[in-house]
Amino acid sequence: MDVTQLVQQLINGISLGSIYALIALGYTMIYGIIKLINFAHGDIYMVGAYIGFFSITAAHLGIFPSLLISMIVTGGLGMVIEKLAYKPLRNAPRISVLITAIGVSFFLECTSMYFVSPTPRTFPPVFENVAFHVGPFIVNSQQLLIFGITIVLMLLLTYIVERTKTGKAMRAASYDVETAQLMGIDSDRIISFTFGIGSALAAAAGVLVGVYYNSIDPLMGIMPGVKAFVAAVLGGIGILPGAVVGGLILGVVEALVSGFISSTFRDAAAFAILILVLLFKPTGIFGKNVREKV
Amino acid sequence: MHFSKKSLKLMGAAIGVMMLGTVVAGCGSDDSGDTIKVGASFEITGNQANYGSAGYDGLKLAIKQANDAGGINGKKIELVEADTKSEASEAVNAATKLISDDHVKVIVGPMVTANVMAESQTANDEKVPVIAPAGTNPDVTVENGKVKPYIFRSCFIDPQQGTVMAEFATKNLKAKTAVLYLDSSSDYSKSLGKVFKEKFEAAGGKVVMEESFLAKDQDFKAALTKIKTANADVIFVPAYYEEVGKIVKQARELGITAPMLGTDGWDDPKVADIAGADALNNTYFSTHYFEKDEEVQDFLKAFQDEYGHAPNVFAALGYDAGKMLVDALTRAGSTDPDKIAKALEETKDLRVGTGTITMDPKTHNPIKSAVILSMKNGAKELVAKIAPDAE
Repeated sequence: MDVTQLVQQLINGISLGSIYALIALGYTMIYGIIKLINFAHGDIYMVGAYIGFFSITAAHLGIFPSLLISMIVTGGLGMVIEKLAYKPLRNAPRISVLITAIGVSFFLECTSMYFVSPTPRTFPPVFENVAFHVGPFIVNSQQLLIFGITIVLMLLLTYIVERTKTGKAMRAASYDVETAQLMGIDSDRIISFTFGIGSALAAAAGVLVGVYYNSIDPLMGIMPGVKAFVAAVLGGIGILPGAVVGGLILGVVEALVSGFISSTFRDAAAFAILILVLLFKPTGIFGKNVREKV
Repeated sequence: MHFSKKSLKLMGAAIGVMMLGTVVAGCGSDDSGDTIKVGASFEITGNQANYGSAGYDGLKLAIKQANDAGGINGKKIELVEADTKSEASEAVNAATKLISDDHVKVIVGPMVTANVMAESQTANDEKVPVIAPAGTNPDVTVENGKVKPYIFRSCFIDPQQGTVMAEFATKNLKAKTAVLYLDSSSDYSKSLGKVFKEKFEAAGGKVVMEESFLAKDQDFKAALTKIKTANADVIFVPAYYEEVGKIVKQARELGITAPMLGTDGWDDPKVADIAGADALNNTYFSTHYFEKDEEVQDFLKAFQDEYGHAPNVFAALGYDAGKMLVDALTRAGSTDPDKIAKALEETKDLRVGTGTITMDPKTHNPIKSAVILSMKNGAKELVAKIAPDAE
């Protein structure tokens, strides 16, 4: 095995994995609180990318203000979607909410195709891409940016969840929504807040992907959405560090499979991971086996 | 959405005809309206909508020009739209609907090879002629060595493109080794890869590595890192422009300097937008026309005037299909499917948007020239014009 190629593939894998991780964080948070696999999450990531695109091209803002605007607006959109689509189904069977999530996903895809047209858009060069040659390896500044922002956002999120009052309420709600409510926690507000944060993270990933790969389109969210779901399950769904670790592992596995086996098997490997995790350790890497409460 | 007065009138006429149609249909004939119904089956939604909608724009322009010029022997052409939703099975449904509910006389589209292949079975069985604007796979019009009597195309075929590029690689670029990087979700890409490999190896070259990706992928770096280790003289990427742009960009970022070759799927300004002008230096692709050629200027201007932007290659192919249809309908002088099919078969020296075409009755493939273009600092340059009988 060629060591140079191995290291280069690890670099490729980590930069791809950071994006999966950002999307997976939102999946995991939402699942942690209301046990919903939000299949529209990948499309929220797409909407975030478009908002970032328009604030760069139409409002001529830089990368960081655009990132912030996109996160705020998309976060708001996430809250609105929760109010309109999921809240009325709070006491419905879980499968109804799941099907609604698929509906929301199609709704977002088709509406965006109508308004922004299905042709891909290209981001203007807003963040200079400098390639650093470290020995035989090539890392570029955009890969570092993505990795850096993922880490910063994950730390910020951990702070919110572990150290703030809202975070405490979130943890309580994830443990047991009804009991939390009895303790005086406004669980509707907490759920709404969770959707807001989760969507904002997806938006950040969307803008970064737009800048890095330089192309966005209304259906860009489908595959990353599914992959992020795999990442979240791999790390242990509902667990924040699990989403990041799961995302990074998935990215690295994909890069190694493409590099040393065959790129044809890349997606097969990603989904084989999902199947294996579900068969042998459904709680994921970080998950503890919880006994069913009687 | 806004309608011009003319299109409102046309719509009014269309609605009138539709109502008349239902009345007359009861009497067992729907041939007496004063429009000719043409099915337009395109990828309007779904992940191939960018190709479908461009082709549809081209077709609409050709039909509008014909109608403005007085129609076909006094009758206007009426387009009946159907959406394939970018799926082969839906393309069959769309064709069935157009044939049995809308009673169209002929169908144009869809654009993507896999969809038009699926549609061609149904249409051929129902004896409704089809013009495939961009289906470049040989099997679109031929099955088990026999031509499908009602299926035609208005573009060149993959073996021609694959052969042209393999010859170009060996003769002009003196390449000895090549890497194929194919879209494994696309019939178009796989069949081009096959032809290229055959011809390249027949000419003494060697394909040293084959890798693949999926349409809509964003990250190609892992496979490209591997491709880099092969150190081949050329990299052949027969794919559509969205992925091509990203592949070229990421390949150059990883320090791959070898020439990259492609086919008509590359021919879109978006490639330069996505990849950047620098990355595209040292790339070559075969396509249908060169935008500075004298004979395509009329089409480019008409399209620009109608839509306010320059056409891409898919729009040009949709337009060519429309031109071929209008010509055949005029010569057929009837809406009888057999007469339309015969007229399409006899298409000869017809000026279309991108050049001149003559139909080969044995294969239903037009004899049409191709060009090889290279990209220099973001601008296309003509490298070679390949005469129609180069195959």
